[in-house]
Amino acid sequence: MSPAIAKDSSAYLAGFNEAAARHLDEPAWLRAFRQQAFARFQEIGFPSVHEEEWKYTNVATIARGDFVPAVAMNGTRLTKESLQAWSYEEAPTRLVFVNGNFRRDLSSMEGLPEDVLATDLEAAAADEELIRESFDSRGQTANGFVALNDALFSGGLFLQLKTDATVKAPIHLLFVTQTVNGNNLAAAPRVLIHAGRNSSATIIESYVSADKNAYLTNAVIDFVLADSSQVQHYKVQREGASGFHVATTNAKLGRSAKYETTSINLGAALSRHDIDVVMDHEGAECAVDGLYMIEGDQHTDTHSVIDHRQPHCTSRQLYKGILDGKSRAVFNGKVFVRHGAQQTDAQQTNKNLLLSQEAQVDTKPQLEIYADDVKCTHGAAVGQLDEDEMFYLASRGINPALAKNMLTYGFAEEVIERIKIDSIKRELDEAVLNRLHSEFHIEA
Amino acid sequence: MVNFPVSPSSVSPRQLKENGLLEIKNLHASVDGKAILKGINLKVNKGEVHAIMGPNGSGKSTLAKVLAGHPSYEVTGGEVIYNGKNLLEMSPDARAREGVFMAFQYPVEIPGVSNAQFLRLAYNEKQKHLGQEELDPLEFKDLLKEKAALVEMDASFMTRSVNEGFSGGEKKRNEILQMAVLDPDLSVLDETDSGLDIDALRIVAEGVNKLHSPEKASIVVTHYQRLLNYIVPDFVHVLSAGKIVKEGGKELALELEEKGYDWLKNGNGAAAGK
Repeated sequence: MSPAIAKDSSAYLAGFNEAAARHLDEPAWLRAFRQQAFARFQEIGFPSVHEEEWKYTNVATIARGDFVPAVAMNGTRLTKESLQAWSYEEAPTRLVFVNGNFRRDLSSMEGLPEDVLATDLEAAAADEELIRESFDSRGQTANGFVALNDALFSGGLFLQLKTDATVKAPIHLLFVTQTVNGNNLAAAPRVLIHAGRNSSATIIESYVSADKNAYLTNAVIDFVLADSSQVQHYKVQREGASGFHVATTNAKLGRSAKYETTSINLGAALSRHDIDVVMDHEGAECAVDGLYMIEGDQHTDTHSVIDHRQPHCTSRQLYKGILDGKSRAVFNGKVFVRHGAQQTDAQQTNKNLLLSQEAQVDTKPQLEIYADDVKCTHGAAVGQLDEDEMFYLASRGINPALAKNMLTYGFAEEVIERIKIDSIKRELDEAVLNRLHSEFHIEA
Repeated sequence: MVNFPVSPSSVSPRQLKENGLLEIKNLHASVDGKAILKGINLKVNKGEVHAIMGPNGSGKSTLAKVLAGHPSYEVTGGEVIYNGKNLLEMSPDARAREGVFMAFQYPVEIPGVSNAQFLRLAYNEKQKHLGQEELDPLEFKDLLKEKAALVEMDASFMTRSVNEGFSGGEKKRNEILQMAVLDPDLSVLDETDSGLDIDALRIVAEGVNKLHSPEKASIVVTHYQRLLNYIVPDFVHVLSAGKIVKEGGKELALELEEKGYDWLKNGNGAAAGK
């Protein structure tokens, strides 16, 4: 806790007051919730490196960053056409957020099936029972960023898959940041996704920047999966080089629900992703995979919690990292197996490839088991390119630079090849090879 | 890259006359500071098949790896002339592009890179070096199909990651497939027979035989005589404690098989060093 940082929040106070004035028509419970959240933010401020969970990620730059909350600042120069560049061909439904605000006018809603509802979150909040629970569940564990999002989010989205809805084509949530009036903006994207009983869908969540200015994305995305529902989730973080990205993903899984998520972190000067999967009913399954590839002075931090609270749940986690330059990565993966969560099957792996002597990784897989009939494994590795693999390629006439690229690409591929959407795969293949300045290309 | 024909000045008159491809002179090598090769002399002409035999720890695999340029092995003395050039001064990848190939005893798995990708990149590196046309994936597919038939490898192996999840026999066949694609002048087969059942052994050996020609030479490193029933050597060299202790024709392999390597210890290695 660092009061020095908390005090430095005058822009946020102004933003909060402005938001509060605009949010007069919101349900009373939500306004009270926001008041409380902002009070909490003022009390605890942004996290500091003195806190265990933020030990390796210093967000002082964000705290000092003069970011103006984008309460009502929608960029205007974007058009549906200009947004095409960030589209995924498999996903005809594109829900666009500019500076955190859902923009129906820039979205492509045509492909949205009848049994999926996309409504403004603030309006949906009129149904207190429906919305409130997932908001309240974090309570006092929320960190300063989440509290700030709670207080400030504006133009959020509530996405509801009705019971038995089977959505074949992926739904794309596109988050674009664009500078308005020369201000460095703080966007607070907020989405709540309810997957009804026995429903299934694929959600792509991607982050890009329309210009080169500094900004802060402070996103909170909540998934609530009802019994037997299945959600595949891809988070593709390609923020601008001057961007800061802080995101919290929560998923609560019902009985026999299945949540598979893959997080790709390529962009931003600094990124932090908290992912929290709670399996509070029997038979739930999750796969929490990720890839971070950073260079230069980039910093990325993933904190994941997979919480087995009931018996017969399965979790798989594979996170891989590729670091070049002076970049630094943090991986902290907690797997909890609570009392009585028998027959838990949990696997967790974090592997890191260092391409430079100056890159650094702090990895900490943590397994805490309070049940006795479980199958759990975890492991972490940090290494350089394998000498035997390099020699093998050399012995076939492949020059060292090309060999390095092939092996690095292959390392990333273990995560990329699991992705079930071809255009994301292609995007990542290209991103990886571009970053390597590779002379070798992907074959169809 | 422009491909100059080998200039006559870089080839000794003796080599031209004798059709020499490789000459190893008094080669010493060590690993982790421990001397393994203690003065190897060997001459290989085009068109010849040489077998290197010897007990475990005699240095025969080390010899193969030194020829391929494995970074863990340090050459502490001697020289190796390949095609008139100083082989030991070349990087491992340059050696391969110059036509030296080693089939690994333990082929390495390369996750995430498909076999077809790997083979095409390797092929094109050599083509580039020779100033010849590189192939795109489609063109290469045809070539690969033809070469894969040689080792009876199914097309499904081409889309899989290099050696990942391959059985022992499949890995060895994949080595010979690489050899077929890269068309080396000098092939060094390092214990290619280890871990092979008789069918795989036959396929691998037939592949090697089909790739042999009067312009090419092979060095077959093996512990057992079995492989030499299929790949018949012109010369057999027996290594012990880092030196060649006995040399002869193919019948030497049979004699060793019958009498065992202990036979050499009883003063029968006197033929060494010529």
